[in-house]
Amino acid sequence: MSELTPAISKNSKILALFAVACTATVALVQLLTEDRIEFQSQQQLIQQLNQVIQKDSHDNEMFRDCIIAPTGNDTELLIDVIYRARLNNMPTAAAIKTVAPDGYSGNIELLIALNIDGSVSGVRTLLHKETPGLGDKIELRKSDWITTFAGKKVLDKNDNRWAVKKDGGMFDQFTGATITPRAVVKTVRKTIDYFQANQKVIFNAASNCGVEQ
Amino acid sequence: MKINPEYKELAWQGLWKNNPGMVQLLGLCPLLAVTSTVVNALGLGIATMFVLICSNATVSAIRQWVPKEIRIPIFVLIIATFVTCVQLLMNAFTYDLYQSLGIFLPLIVTNCAIIGRAEAYASKNPIKQSSFDGLMMGLGFLAVLVVLGAIREVLGQGTLFDGANLLLGQWATGFRVEIYQLDSQFLLMILPPGAFIAMGFLIAGKNVIDHKIAQAKPKKLEQAIERVRVNFEN
Repeated sequence: MSELTPAISKNSKILALFAVACTATVALVQLLTEDRIEFQSQQQLIQQLNQVIQKDSHDNEMFRDCIIAPTGNDTELLIDVIYRARLNNMPTAAAIKTVAPDGYSGNIELLIALNIDGSVSGVRTLLHKETPGLGDKIELRKSDWITTFAGKKVLDKNDNRWAVKKDGGMFDQFTGATITPRAVVKTVRKTIDYFQANQKVIFNAASNCGVEQ
Repeated sequence: MKINPEYKELAWQGLWKNNPGMVQLLGLCPLLAVTSTVVNALGLGIATMFVLICSNATVSAIRQWVPKEIRIPIFVLIIATFVTCVQLLMNAFTYDLYQSLGIFLPLIVTNCAIIGRAEAYASKNPIKQSSFDGLMMGLGFLAVLVVLGAIREVLGQGTLFDGANLLLGQWATGFRVEIYQLDSQFLLMILPPGAFIAMGFLIAGKNVIDHKIAQAKPKKLEQAIERVRVNFEN
């Protein structure tokens, strides 16, 4: 036993005590706010879904009727969740949460809603890191560009209108930012292709995502 | 009512003379990162102030029981606890703002102003004074954040209080002022270089005012010089 031992053991006891007290405080606050946080993110999800899918086109609770990470034959498409809209138990539309991996600065999270006939019901940007003032016009808050997808359809496999105007397509690019809209258009197009090819699977799969009852 | 000179000095130190944002230059990271709009600046400023007051009060309350050798890890623990609590509370009650400030909130832990005040002041002074010091330092930091946010928002976007509803709820949507219409935003001011430039002008402005004050009182010139040196040491 060196003469330092009592000091060391005393200090480590104090440190441990503080660690326990601090952890307890955080745990308590977490416990108190847990429900509220859950509620908030659920509210936001419902709000987002209602933005892209008309209220009168479904009567189910979409945020409960969803499948997580379905496997498609297109491995390039990164699908997170698919929310399904049904009217009288007949599929009417699906909202697909996916990622455009090739934005100017990383991933762009998108919510793409498609009607059963393959037309776009609505698209929203959920999360992105694009340049403020240039690429961030994909946010509805900054510009209504993202709404130009509504009602558009892919006509056939060689439909080359699905590109920005600079590449001969039908979607505007932004001054000083072509990469961002290009990435979004490409992902929406790919999502439509996936949806068209896998509709049956998508709507027949059992709901496996979890807002707990 | 007579104001206690000790409190007066603390207020003067925190708000102006030893301002954590402009003089001590602590917490530059959040200062530069989130000041693109007034609302973001206000949100992070209030969160920082809250953490600063709580951590100062706690550090001061336990100062007798904390051995000198392990004080720093304990301060870090306390600060991290409060930051996590603030983060959870903001997530629960100001969800939208949490989403726009989200990644910067944990950075409050790394804001040197907080551990700096814990170490330099709160660990040696009673709870009341320490809390007050936290409040004043927090206010000083908040003020710099908001001024910087206002400059950058006006020059970059031509607006003020854009997105006030994120912080205050839907009723505040009308706070948004459009000062002039910009076809495309002035990118330089929105991106971090704009923060550095505006910050430089702010510090220069403060120095000019200090210089004017010093000149107005020529007798205290010597003191004024000394003050500059002390600031560098801090």
